[in-house]
Amino acid sequence: MSTSRLRWVIPAAVVPVLVLLAYGFRTDPREIPSPLLGRPAAAFSLTTFAGTPVSLEGLRGKVVMLNFWASWCVPACYEEAPALERTWRAYKDKGVMVVGVDIQDKEEAARQFLARFGHSFPNAPDPTGRVSVDYGVYGVPETFFIDRTGRVRFKQVGALTDEIARSHLDVLLKEPS
Amino acid sequence: MTRGLAGAAAAVALVAVVGWATAAPPPAAAPPAPAATKVDEQIAHDVASQLRCVVCQSLSVADSPSETASQMRAIIRDRLAAGDSPEQVRAYFVEKYGDWILLSPPKSGFTLLVWVLPFVGLGIGLVLVAVVVRRWSRAPRAATPSQLDPAVRERIRRELSEMDKS
Repeated sequence: MSTSRLRWVIPAAVVPVLVLLAYGFRTDPREIPSPLLGRPAAAFSLTTFAGTPVSLEGLRGKVVMLNFWASWCVPACYEEAPALERTWRAYKDKGVMVVGVDIQDKEEAARQFLARFGHSFPNAPDPTGRVSVDYGVYGVPETFFIDRTGRVRFKQVGALTDEIARSHLDVLLKEPS
Repeated sequence: MTRGLAGAAAAVALVAVVGWATAAPPPAAAPPAPAATKVDEQIAHDVASQLRCVVCQSLSVADSPSETASQMRAIIRDRLAAGDSPEQVRAYFVEKYGDWILLSPPKSGFTLLVWVLPFVGLGIGLVLVAVVVRRWSRAPRAATPSQLDPAVRERIRRELSEMDKS
């Protein structure tokens, strides 16, 4: 009878669904691969909270660690802040520039954040959000590592640690400019 | 078994329909490029509605009240005002965020599956339904009652005639 011939239809219909679910539940829907890796970093020109201009163009030849943050970003931005300052102090004489970009923030709260952690590297607000969109930022904190030729090489999503910063910066510093 | 098959057919058809419903509607045909300067709000809204708000879950840039989305809307308007076509504005966001930023996955490459599979599922479901319906239409022949035991038949006949007598 044809019923027995068609008996395979039910398992055959179930298997692809199970395979799809098994694949789907293993991926993180919030993980977004950046298409920017290996590509030239978008130019930016901002004015720091201290009033001095900072632009990517002016940093050519240096390894740049570009950190996007916000004072309302709790706890990740607060966790990584000391590591950012430590990294800046350890690498500023080795050809590394650390730049912080404050997004979606209130100026007063941002200034308090900077004072609290004593950041001594340039930090600038991005009031229009242009720079964060140019870098495909979807949340804070995100940190981009730009090599001496101005290409985005690594992207760190979430709080940065001394170890992560060190491993990326050491790779980029070894490369010729 | 037939019931199980019908259930499977219904399930496949349901999966197909649900799959189709969850796939975002195809984007409206791209309107012609504006003549710069004055931005057509409708065009800006159309572009924004095709882009995913990066800080939300399943909301378009047009629908989200978040500050990020409003900044993205401003960027869309500025680019349109600068003479970019809606297609170029979309391409700018895709360049920065990847296809992820598009609410409707592109109809090419791997994501073409999202557009094609619902119809494949629907086709399979319809074929299964047709098979099951054909089987049902042949069912009455198989369902005719079997021959009664002659002894039972004899007993019924006898008891009926006794009832008539009384």
